[in-house]
Amino acid sequence: MFQNFSEALLELFAVSLWETLVMVGISGALGALIGIPLGVFLRLTDRGGVLENGAVNKTVGWLVNAVRSTPFIILLVAIIPFTRLLTGSSIGTAAAVVPLTIAAAPFVARLVEASLREVDNGLIEAAQAMGATTWQIVWKVLLPEAMPGIIAGLTITLVSLTGYSAMAGAIGGGGLGDLGIRYGYQRFLPDVMLAVVLVLILFVQAVQSLGDWAVRRLSHR
Amino acid sequence: MIDLRGITQVYQGAQGPVEALKGIDLQIQPGEVFGIIGRSGAGKSSLVRTINLLNRPTQGAVIVAGRDLTQLNDADLRAARRDIGMIFQHFNLLSSRTVYGNVAFPLELAGLPDAEIRARVEPLLDLVGLGSLRDRYPSQISGGQKQRVGIARALASRPKVLLSDEATSALDPETTRSILALLQKINRELGLTIVLITHQMQVVKQVADRVAVIEAGRIVEQGSVLEVFTRPQQAITRSLVDEILPQELPASVLDHVRQLQGQLSAAGAGTDGRLLRLSYAGDSAYQPILSQLIRDYQLDLSILHGQIDEIQNQTFGSLAVFVAGSPSHVAAAVERLRTQGVQVEEVAVTTPTQD
Repeated sequence: MFQNFSEALLELFAVSLWETLVMVGISGALGALIGIPLGVFLRLTDRGGVLENGAVNKTVGWLVNAVRSTPFIILLVAIIPFTRLLTGSSIGTAAAVVPLTIAAAPFVARLVEASLREVDNGLIEAAQAMGATTWQIVWKVLLPEAMPGIIAGLTITLVSLTGYSAMAGAIGGGGLGDLGIRYGYQRFLPDVMLAVVLVLILFVQAVQSLGDWAVRRLSHR
Repeated sequence: MIDLRGITQVYQGAQGPVEALKGIDLQIQPGEVFGIIGRSGAGKSSLVRTINLLNRPTQGAVIVAGRDLTQLNDADLRAARRDIGMIFQHFNLLSSRTVYGNVAFPLELAGLPDAEIRARVEPLLDLVGLGSLRDRYPSQISGGQKQRVGIARALASRPKVLLSDEATSALDPETTRSILALLQKINRELGLTIVLITHQMQVVKQVADRVAVIEAGRIVEQGSVLEVFTRPQQAITRSLVDEILPQELPASVLDHVRQLQGQLSAAGAGTDGRLLRLSYAGDSAYQPILSQLIRDYQLDLSILHGQIDEIQNQTFGSLAVFVAGSPSHVAAAVERLRTQGVQVEEVAVTTPTQD
């Protein structure tokens, strides 16, 4: 069945898998690094939040929505100058990490905000009654209590990023999706396409299972 | 210990400003258990939250242990809040922390070293009877146990005041009693001042020394629990007291009295029959007053209805008695009762209107 898999192609397959891992892994991590504080900020400034501030909340919320509504393939090319500024190049795997991160961060922010909203206000009130600072409320109440939800959100983000990373081929980002398009579709090698899809399915399953396991371990509700 | 002066609280509601508290003055003494009772929406939650400034009053001074909290900056207010523990109706425990972790929480916030945290938490868990559950999560323990964790947590920072916001409202009657007994023990052993708000008169009756009744943002009545129970002045207080000490006589008793009075008037003049409600408390509860009356005034006396109960180790009672005898003797007996400290009230028995 997989008669087209020469040694060279296998090697290409391994490289592509690595590129996917790099793109999804790094942009996922950076997206979380930006998105989690952003989500916390949105929650704190929201109505009833500890740092309630309607104007700031609306502005940041609008920005987050704007990035989230831009189709990824457009975002990819639209921010090329910014990407070049950061990575020195507008093409390649490293360059693809920049738009992937920018797409991931607001996505994470909204998921984090939603899971923080699940934390009962009574807990925040209790912490305030015990003399907690805003910083302590974030670190010792909000984040630990919302952690299962945040991990579930990050799992969804990683899966979405895997899908987005297939478009990174447009700027030479490589990865499995790109391999599938160039070899499987454009060069009519259906077995390569099938192999790519199978590997991606396994990859996503693994990410999801790991995420679910972590959520189960962390959740004591 | 707590001195609230002219507390007014105005919220911006959807239909304009809402006045939740309308000029409340309240003094709570060190070491007492003070109950604040009212129906839902009366403003009791708002009131208890002004004591630790979770609610900042629109006007007024909140003086706790000699300091006006409304004048403190943020850092001083946080420090002052460590002197005021609070427990909640829905416990508000952190689900991500074990029993131990929850009790240790306020001490972590205060930045105490681990060793000292352990030294303080362990005895507290024993005090509330949860030593064996220290590694359980809140989802793995019962409601009563959760409230015990809440109490231990509130005590961890060694506060001078404990605020209880409907702490037993989500618990069954038996658990309520055991939690209240625990609060009483803490009050006695640690000398803690306890302010508890509740809508359950039973709670006030079991643990409070004094009580204030709040209605529509105002305190309408306050005094010792015994006083308020035996001599409620306001309609709202009467209806609250009525829930555990019904004042209305059952219809069957009234029917019976009508029969007795009918028999007396049929028998002719010379004998008077009156239905009296006798309320008494304290020392007079232990005197053989009724048997003396019967002997000294040759009365026939039947006890038709009543309760005898105890508040803060003081017996009090309310009896409905039917007294029959010569009119002058009956009048003299009523006079004697009054001089002996018994409240006497004649209950009018009207013939029911025929519909």
